Amino acid sequence: MKWLRNLDSLVAVLTLLPSVILLAIFVYGFIGQTIQTSLTNWGKDPAQALAINPVLQFVGLENYKELFSGFIHGRFRQDLVNNIFFTVFFVGGCLLVGLSLAIILDRGPKGEGFFRTVFLFPMSLSFIVTGTIWRWMLQPAGGVNQLPAAVGLPEGRFAWLTSRQQVLQFDWNHLPLFTAWLIGLILLWIGISALRNAQVRRGWIAVGSAALLIGWAIFIGPRVQLLPFPEIHGFNLAFIGIIIAAIWQMSGYTMALYLAGLRGVPEELREAARVDGASEVQLYRRIILPMLAPITLSAMIILGHISLKIFDLIWAMTGVDNAPTEVPALLMYVTTFRSNIIADGAAIATILLLLVALVIVPYLYSQLRSEVRR
Amino acid sequence: MIWRVVQYSILALATLFFLLPVYLVVVTALKEPAAITLESTWQLPRVWYWESFAQAWSAFLPKLQNSFFLTVTATLLSAMLGSINGYVLSKWKFPGANIIFPLMLFGMFIPYQAVLIPLFQFIREIGLGGSLWGLILVHVVYGLPITTLIFRNYYAEIPDELVEASRIDGAGFWGIYRNVIFPLSIPGFVVVIIWQFTQIWNEFLFAVTLVSSPSSQPITVALAQLAGGEAVKWNLPMAGALLAALPTLLVYILLGRYFIRGLLAGSVKG
Amino acid sequence: MRKWLLALAATALGSVSLAQGKLEIFSWWAGDEGPALQALLDLYKKKYPNVEVVNATVTGGSGVNARAVLKTRMLGGDPPDSFQVHAGQELIGTWVVAGRMEDLTSLYKSEGWLTRFPKGLIDLLSYNGGIWSVPVNIHRSNVMWYNPAKLREWGVTPPKTWTEFLSTCATLKGKGVEAPLAVGEAWTQQHLWESVALGVLGPDNWAALWSGKLKFNDPKAIAVWDTFGKVLDCTNKDASGLSWQQATDRVVQGQSAFNIMGDWAAGYMVTTLKLKPGEGFGWAPAPSTSGTFMMLSDSFGLPRGVKNRANVINWLKLLGSKEGQDTFNPLKGSIAARTDSDLSKYNAYLQSAARDWKNNKIVGSLVHGAVAPESFSSQFGTVMEIYLSSKNSRAAANAAQAIADQVRLGR
Repeated sequence: MKWLRNLDSLVAVLTLLPSVILLAIFVYGFIGQTIQTSLTNWGKDPAQALAINPVLQFVGLENYKELFSGFIHGRFRQDLVNNIFFTVFFVGGCLLVGLSLAIILDRGPKGEGFFRTVFLFPMSLSFIVTGTIWRWMLQPAGGVNQLPAAVGLPEGRFAWLTSRQQVLQFDWNHLPLFTAWLIGLILLWIGISALRNAQVRRGWIAVGSAALLIGWAIFIGPRVQLLPFPEIHGFNLAFIGIIIAAIWQMSGYTMALYLAGLRGVPEELREAARVDGASEVQLYRRIILPMLAPITLSAMIILGHISLKIFDLIWAMTGVDNAPTEVPALLMYVTTFRSNIIADGAAIATILLLLVALVIVPYLYSQLRSEVRR
Repeated sequence: MIWRVVQYSILALATLFFLLPVYLVVVTALKEPAAITLESTWQLPRVWYWESFAQAWSAFLPKLQNSFFLTVTATLLSAMLGSINGYVLSKWKFPGANIIFPLMLFGMFIPYQAVLIPLFQFIREIGLGGSLWGLILVHVVYGLPITTLIFRNYYAEIPDELVEASRIDGAGFWGIYRNVIFPLSIPGFVVVIIWQFTQIWNEFLFAVTLVSSPSSQPITVALAQLAGGEAVKWNLPMAGALLAALPTLLVYILLGRYFIRGLLAGSVKG
Repeated sequence: MRKWLLALAATALGSVSLAQGKLEIFSWWAGDEGPALQALLDLYKKKYPNVEVVNATVTGGSGVNARAVLKTRMLGGDPPDSFQVHAGQELIGTWVVAGRMEDLTSLYKSEGWLTRFPKGLIDLLSYNGGIWSVPVNIHRSNVMWYNPAKLREWGVTPPKTWTEFLSTCATLKGKGVEAPLAVGEAWTQQHLWESVALGVLGPDNWAALWSGKLKFNDPKAIAVWDTFGKVLDCTNKDASGLSWQQATDRVVQGQSAFNIMGDWAAGYMVTTLKLKPGEGFGWAPAPSTSGTFMMLSDSFGLPRGVKNRANVINWLKLLGSKEGQDTFNPLKGSIAARTDSDLSKYNAYLQSAARDWKNNKIVGSLVHGAVAPESFSSQFGTVMEIYLSSKNSRAAANAAQAIADQVRLGR
């Protein structure tokens, strides 16, 4: 359509304008204000915390520095670790459960519609409802732990939501080292596979950066100390119950995504593979699963950003101030509305936003770019 | 053959996993408070005790009404706006639209904690502090990205020739919307309305921070407070959970097809 | 100021029914505590029939949810007419220092309350030359509850000191009691800590901790954590999944021998569980704290800029009156803050508490907002977490001191 040839195009833009302005204020304006708040000392002085017109001072990145290195902010760092572990297990679990169910349903068992309905219905519930139900399911001496007793076995003893055990422990000071190794090895793998495919420039850049990172990790990394003291973090077993509840709620979503993907695999392709003598297992491994890779990526990103924001589910399952099952989204609430340290709350919110943006922005970019190409 | 057995046993196990909580909710809600003990969790109630529902109903009725008012109003408003926005972005592409659209979309992914503090100060300043109207405004605004997205993708399927033909007949911006786009929009509206209805009904963070007086609390907040309250007698939270779940559950069961379409649309491209 | 007095005079003259408009009372009293509040509201309605009383209750978590909602309301410029707040630093450190409350000294003078409330209590309510809220009730934090029949069965008596407690604990474990001491979710563990701390430190050092004279990382204060660790070994492993009532239930049902909880537990056992004080359940001061009354109090104040100021003042007068306090407290399961209440209206436990209230040394509770501002008490959970995950007394003590410095405790 030829732009601005006529009045209608102007009307179109004017019609969109209110929404654009609203979102500009509510998203970007408010994020800006939150970042601004995170650079002040709002709440550090109780007399200013809840005053009608608080007098604030600019403190730069001090709050962030404190969160990542201050002694009393170890709780924030554990919360971050909690959230990362939660994300890995939750997303992994949903993908696994969703994919298995989708493959089975795709083969058209009897009662397919019924099963689909059953697997998807938790998606329509609120996290608060799910949390309330599972809180009762996971009572220390009842619910799931009583299930074996119902069929005559000894009852379970696992402290689902109350365990204080921690596994996979590591020292926070080693974090840069681990990260460097991880990213280094991934880059190395990317580089080598690129070189194999004769993408010379890309390959050497990846290999070069990998060498830099790994070199750093070997020669400098071990001596890096983030904190002046050792600080152990790990995966809190109390999260297992929350992860199960979250998978219960969200795996239907991955199932629906995969099912849509599987339905898109043309029957001729399957036939052709079978004619070529591929077994069913090979058919899935060699042909169908690779075709589902983009779906896996989408699902990982959507679920990943949901799990970084997880808030209501944990609130309903273990309450707001249960440290072993806390995540930054909850800590932000507690810091702001209980401790009244609003600047720290804003800083935590900003860090959360950055984490989510890290996942979402590249995704949005690639999605919309591929759309333009299409 | 073995594959069949494996397949059906996995399905059976999965069904058990998904339905056990439902069973537990229903039996617990139907037990007398005194009969609820941890050891007899899984047993059927000896006496069917409907009183829990009566109690939960009378305690939750005002909250359910709040939720309905909030959800219906916010859903309709955001669906209308989303439809018009989608129309502009798909049929009246202007220079810069490809930059503005992703910037709008980003708004549906942000952790709302990142806007929370300025948000309720803003709501106070415009005089909607503490009321349901403030919450409605918030849901409409943060609902715009997804509704716009769904409608934009939906309208992209409507052939440009139809629009062009209507233009030649002398229809303007609104004329085309009224005569061509809107009549074709019903399935789009169904998807969007179902999606928004579920989202807003189930939302918690804004509800718990923006609405202050108990008389205008939505159901999710009331349920969280009941279940998180002290001396939990589990029959009441379970009956309450059922009541809170019922509207979205009904929508899902009756209109599941559209629900899934909304779900898939949520992953941007669909 | 003059306008204020005039308003006061006007309401005093037209003692009944001239008042009109609304009165919104914000509290976290619901469930078992609901009837006590309702009785007060009914009394108010009888005196001021033309005032529409709005009961805004936010339940859960011993008031933590309510306090969060209150903050969003105050930050949002929508203060309730009067709100429940723990007397002492929770009110002062959060709201008074921020200039959000009105001074009630003249109300205290005109109502003659300065002599009716104990001086120790008025000191806790005072700051910067003003008195900032009206206490409705007094609860005691350092009480140990037990089941007399079970103790007889096990052949043990309530321990008087923490050392004795630990040996009793060993005896009970020997008899197959897995967890001699029942605790519940996070805040009840902190509640236990404050009784241990009071016992180990004694009342003077406890007070010195909050005035900043005694540091948390002083060897005396570090010793608290050592004892606390040993006491924790006597507790149940599923603590964080239990509400305080469920922890009390463990004692009543005989799974545990003791529970340290505020005396609202007496209210729960009398009203909800229908037990008789002294027979169904017994009590003693928490070990090593005999002769000290660790108090907390619910109070109401007058926020600046409320819509129905005159009605609030009538409400506060009612709360401070003998009639108001003796209507509310027997139902709530607490004692009156006034020293002239009519003891015949109270049950056996409360009568004993009221005697202690008059004779004991009074100190304030940490967890329930009397001695430390919210910025400290809410972060005390972090300190507890450091201790629970490391079992390192020094680390916990250092963390507590770091937070105390950060929030300028005692300054």
